[in-house]
Amino acid sequence: MTAAARGASRESAVRIGLLFPALLGTYGDGGNAVVLQKRLEWRGIPAEIVEIDAGSAVPATLDLYLLGGGEDGPQTEAARALGTDGPVHRAVADGAVVFAVCAGMQIMGTSFASKDGTAVPGAGLLDCTTVKTDEPRAVGELLVTPDPAWGLPRLTGFENHGGRTRLGPDARTLGPVDAGVGNGNGTEGVLNIDLGRGKVLGSYLHGPGLARNPALADLLLGWVLGVDRGDLAPLDDTEADLLRAQRFSAVDRGNLDGVAERSWKDRLFGRN
Amino acid sequence: MSPTPEAVPPLRTGTGPTDHLGLRSKAAIVAGRGVAGVSRLANLGSGSVIGGRVSLALDGDLLGSLVGGREVALVSATNGKTTTTHLLAAALLRHGPVVTNSLGANMPAGIVAALADADPAARAVLEVDERWLDTVLAQAGPSTVLLLNLSRDQLDRSHEVRKIADTWRETLGRLPTERVVANADDPLVVWAASSAPTVVWVGTAAHWTNDASGCPACGGRIEFGIAGISGTTTWRCTDCEFAKPDPDWWLELDTDEGAPAGGHVVVRTDGTRRRLDLALPGRVNAANAAMALAAAVAMGADVERAATALGTVSDVAGRYRTVAVAGAQLRMLLAKNPAGWQEAIAMLAPAPQPVVASINARIADGRDPSWLWDVPFERLQGRFVVALVERRHDLAVRLRYAEVDHAIAETLAGAVRLAAGRSETGAVDLIANYTAFQDYRIEVEE
Repeated sequence: MTAAARGASRESAVRIGLLFPALLGTYGDGGNAVVLQKRLEWRGIPAEIVEIDAGSAVPATLDLYLLGGGEDGPQTEAARALGTDGPVHRAVADGAVVFAVCAGMQIMGTSFASKDGTAVPGAGLLDCTTVKTDEPRAVGELLVTPDPAWGLPRLTGFENHGGRTRLGPDARTLGPVDAGVGNGNGTEGVLNIDLGRGKVLGSYLHGPGLARNPALADLLLGWVLGVDRGDLAPLDDTEADLLRAQRFSAVDRGNLDGVAERSWKDRLFGRN
Repeated sequence: MSPTPEAVPPLRTGTGPTDHLGLRSKAAIVAGRGVAGVSRLANLGSGSVIGGRVSLALDGDLLGSLVGGREVALVSATNGKTTTTHLLAAALLRHGPVVTNSLGANMPAGIVAALADADPAARAVLEVDERWLDTVLAQAGPSTVLLLNLSRDQLDRSHEVRKIADTWRETLGRLPTERVVANADDPLVVWAASSAPTVVWVGTAAHWTNDASGCPACGGRIEFGIAGISGTTTWRCTDCEFAKPDPDWWLELDTDEGAPAGGHVVVRTDGTRRRLDLALPGRVNAANAAMALAAAVAMGADVERAATALGTVSDVAGRYRTVAVAGAQLRMLLAKNPAGWQEAIAMLAPAPQPVVASINARIADGRDPSWLWDVPFERLQGRFVVALVERRHDLAVRLRYAEVDHAIAETLAGAVRLAAGRSETGAVDLIANYTAFQDYRIEVEE
C-alpha cells in the first residue's frame, strides 16, 4: 500500500509507534507522539500511540515511528533492539515514516560512536555517521532556517549532544543552522528519500521538536496521510506561535543558553 | 526574609560555639559574618551563602574544624533532601541538640554558614547537594549517610545522573561510614550504596521508572514489578544479577480498620510496626519519613519518640505552607523535575480546585524545559490552570496538548486572582519549580 493509499482509504486509526521509551525517553521526546496524535484527533482523524518496549516484538505495520534522545548505554541497547534489517526497515520499505531525534537519529545512521568512542553499527536508514570529536558538547538553543524547498518556517529547539554527524552523499538536510551546532557542519537534520516508499527524518531538535514546530509536525502527518501539508485542516497554533516568538527573540538577543536575563545582583552572587 | 541589621549573629566573646576552633577558623567565620551582614543590609538576601564562601576562601579546612567531634548525618538525593533533613532533625531533636542547614543551602558554603553558629555538642543533620556529596563526606566524616533517590533534574545536564551515582559509589567504598541508609527501590541508589560496608535498606516503593537509565551494573533493562496490596514493589535487571536488596525497613499502605485513606505504616524486619501520622502531604513524604525514621533509630533514637516527632514537621522552607495572596489562600508546593511534579500533582486538592503552575528554565532549574512533556499534566483535566513566569509559553503549549483548561499570567498576584475567580473555596494550589519557588518564597514573606 502506498502512502497516498494509506491516507485516502483511511478507515482505521493512524498508528504512531513510540520506540523504546524506557531507553530513548530522556529528553521529553515522547511528547512528539502526543503532538502528532492530538493534531490528528483535532482534525477528526483517529490516532493511536503504540509504546514499544525494547525486548518486545516491534510491529512492522505502524504508520509512523518515533525515536527520542537518550544516554550512551541505552542508545547502544536501542540500536541492538532495532537491528540492521528488522521490522522498522520493512515498514519503511512499505511506506512508513520515521522521525528520529538526537540519539534516535544517530542510531538510524550507518554507525555512531559508543561511550568509549568505538563505532557501533546503526540501522542504516539514514546516510550519516556520528563520531566523537574534541569539540565541546553541544548544549543550547538551536535555530534553523529550512531550505526553501521544505516550505517550512524557521525551526526552533534545544540541542544536547556530544557527537557530530557526518553526512553521506544521499543525505538531504533541513537547512543551515542560524544558531547552535546541529550536525556540526553548519547544517541541521538528515533526510533519506531513497528507501522504497517511506521517509526517515532525523534531527537534533528537542523541545520536543514537534511541539515547538507545529509545521514540522504537519509535514510528517502530510507524509503519513499522503496529502500536502497545506491541505490539512488548519489548527489554532497561537500558543505555539507565542512560544516560538519568545525563543526566536531570546536567540536573536544572543541568548543561546536559553536562560532568562540575569540582574546585576544575580551576576554578583553567581545566582541564576 | 526581613533584612534587618539585628539579624546579624553577634560576635561571641568568652564561651561560645567557636571556642574550640583555631585562630584562622575564627577569623574566617568573623569575616564571613561581616560579609553576610553587609549582604543583608544591602537587601541582597540572607547572606549566609556568600558569607560561607568568604569563610571557606580564608580557611579551606573550615568544614572539618566546625564538625569537630560532633556526630554528623548527611542527606542527599535529587528530590526530598530538604524535607528529609527536616524530618531527621526533628526525630533526633528529642534526644539532644541538633544543628541543620534548614533552608536548603546545601553546598559547602551553606553548610559552613549553618555550622558556624552551632553548639559544638549538637549533632549535625546536613542536606548535601548530590554533586557535592563526595567533598562534604570527606571533610565532615559522617556516621550516617541517607541516600533517597537519583533522577533527571536539569535536562541539559542529564548525562550526569549516572556519573553522580558512580561518584557516590566510589566515595562510599573509599571512605566507609558507620552506615548508609538507602532507598532499596531506586536502582541507581542501590548501585551507589552497595559499595558501603554497612547499609540499612529501606523499601519505600518510591521510584521514578520513566528515566532512560538502564541497569547501572550492566546497561541492561530493569524490570519493575507491580505493587501488591501492601504497596510494596520489587525490581530486577533482566540481563544480570542486579536486583532489589532485601529491605531492613519498609513502607506499607495502612490497611488496618479505621486507618486514614492513603495512610502508611513503617515495618521493620524485627516485627516493629509503626503508623505514620504526618502533617506533610503525599506518598512521597511517607517515603521520606520512613527513611528518616530508619536513620534516626540507627543513630540511637527511640522508634516511638522519633515517629511522633516526624508528625510535627509541617512547613519545610516554605514548602506546603499556605499564604494569603491577592485575597486567596495559596498553598505552595515545590517540584523541580518530572519525578517531583508527578508527586506534587498527587498532592493537589481534588478538582476543580484551580492551580497556578510556574516554570523557569534558569541554570539551577536546567535550561531545557522539555521535561514538561514527561509530567502527566493530563491529570489536571477538570481543573483550571494558570501558567506563569519565564517559560509560561512552553507550559501553555504542553497544557493545550494535555487538553487542560488554562490561561497565562504575568505576575503571581495576577495569576492567583485569575485562578481564585474559578475557585469555589477561594483556595488555590501553586506548584513552582526551583527558582520560581525561591522568588515567591521571598515575595510572600516580604
